Amino acid sequence: MDKVIGIKEAIKDIRDGDTLMIGGFMANGAPEKLIDALIEKGVKDIILISTDTGLITTGSGKLIAKKLVKKLYASHIGTNKETGRQMNEGETEVELVPQGTLVERIRAGGYGLGGILTKTGLGTLVEDGKPRITVDGEEYLLEKPLKADFALIHAAKADRNGNLVYKGSTNNFNHVMTAAAEVTIVEADEVVENGEIDPNFVHTPGVFVNHVVDGGAING
Amino acid sequence: MDKLEMQEFIAKRVAKELEHGQVVNLGIGLPTKVANYVPDDIEIMFQSENGFVGLGPTPTEENLDPNIVNAGGIPVSIKPGGAFFDSSTSFGIIRGGHVDLTVLGALQVDEKGNIANYMIPGKLVPGMGGAMDLLNGAKKVIVAMAHTAKGNHKILEECDLPLTAKGAVDRIITEMGVIKVTTEGLVLTEINPEFTVEEVQEATGAKLYVDKDLRKMEI
Repeated sequence: MDKVIGIKEAIKDIRDGDTLMIGGFMANGAPEKLIDALIEKGVKDIILISTDTGLITTGSGKLIAKKLVKKLYASHIGTNKETGRQMNEGETEVELVPQGTLVERIRAGGYGLGGILTKTGLGTLVEDGKPRITVDGEEYLLEKPLKADFALIHAAKADRNGNLVYKGSTNNFNHVMTAAAEVTIVEADEVVENGEIDPNFVHTPGVFVNHVVDGGAING
Repeated sequence: MDKLEMQEFIAKRVAKELEHGQVVNLGIGLPTKVANYVPDDIEIMFQSENGFVGLGPTPTEENLDPNIVNAGGIPVSIKPGGAFFDSSTSFGIIRGGHVDLTVLGALQVDEKGNIANYMIPGKLVPGMGGAMDLLNGAKKVIVAMAHTAKGNHKILEECDLPLTAKGAVDRIITEMGVIKVTTEGLVLTEINPEFTVEEVQEATGAKLYVDKDLRKMEI
């Protein structure tokens, strides 16, 4: 199955108010071209799930800088001053989620789980409003799954079936997010024919991927 | 000591805590400097929570790979024998007890081992990043920080800033000394000879018990 399409076609169904997961860590492994295309399309009131908001000029931080985000789930916002300003002035709602909890909530959303139990956040503000559950005498917090309408993902390489390979530290949240969205769109630096990626070394199987955009030859 | 000298001094003392073969996660800022003082005769596997173990030194311009950054987004390198993975695996390593030691900075620490290091309400709200997971999951937690902040106590009977974790801290290392967190309270086990016990107590907002074998802090 050929999942490779043009960038405009790939994002055409993203609407105002949609929930988006965007991969990357401090914009390392962020799908910069998909984000730029989204800004150009003019989607607003986004509910954004992203571990941080990069800088105002990088990664998901660009959406914050353009004031396109209504609500944000993130673990760290300190490197993008605009995120803090919008939060303090009540323009953008921000839910701070511990990084390990954020990735597991996304994993739960994508893998058909009703939530996860973790000790992270016990006795802190993160616990507010969440039930404690005791298992074999140990207390845990119940954290609910997160899902999205669309996931915007970056990979170093994709084949036409959407099998993905990441390079260096760019995997981060990308792999987990591919499973947790209704529609997963990948920006790959390089697109290759099926069979050119050794199945033994696929990082993300193409079953989680709906569209592949060739980031090295953006068109349409 | 100026601020930089103080940071180097603390980092050198923290480095003496490292043991051969450990998996270690260093926080941003002062703790990052600990990597510069790993004793030559031991091997440490540093973890970078954005997704790898085997964190190596800052790359030169020729061998810089923009695909490899640390948790602060700064280009770094990976050593032979290292491995990349996704964030779920990375935090599985952290929460699952596979990190032997983490070294973090703090705004406040108290005598129960509680730590506050992720927000000052209304002022500074950077977020907790991976700190809450590290504090809960690492086998040993060392807080490395300046003993006071602009003359104000940072080591307290009870933190008044929002906590990052409860009862998580094992040891506090500052320019003044080394403090062990015990169920009985804070125990001063080493002292920088530039200070007296009275001076260290005065700079501390909680009762300090002095170890009967109090040693000179050496780096």
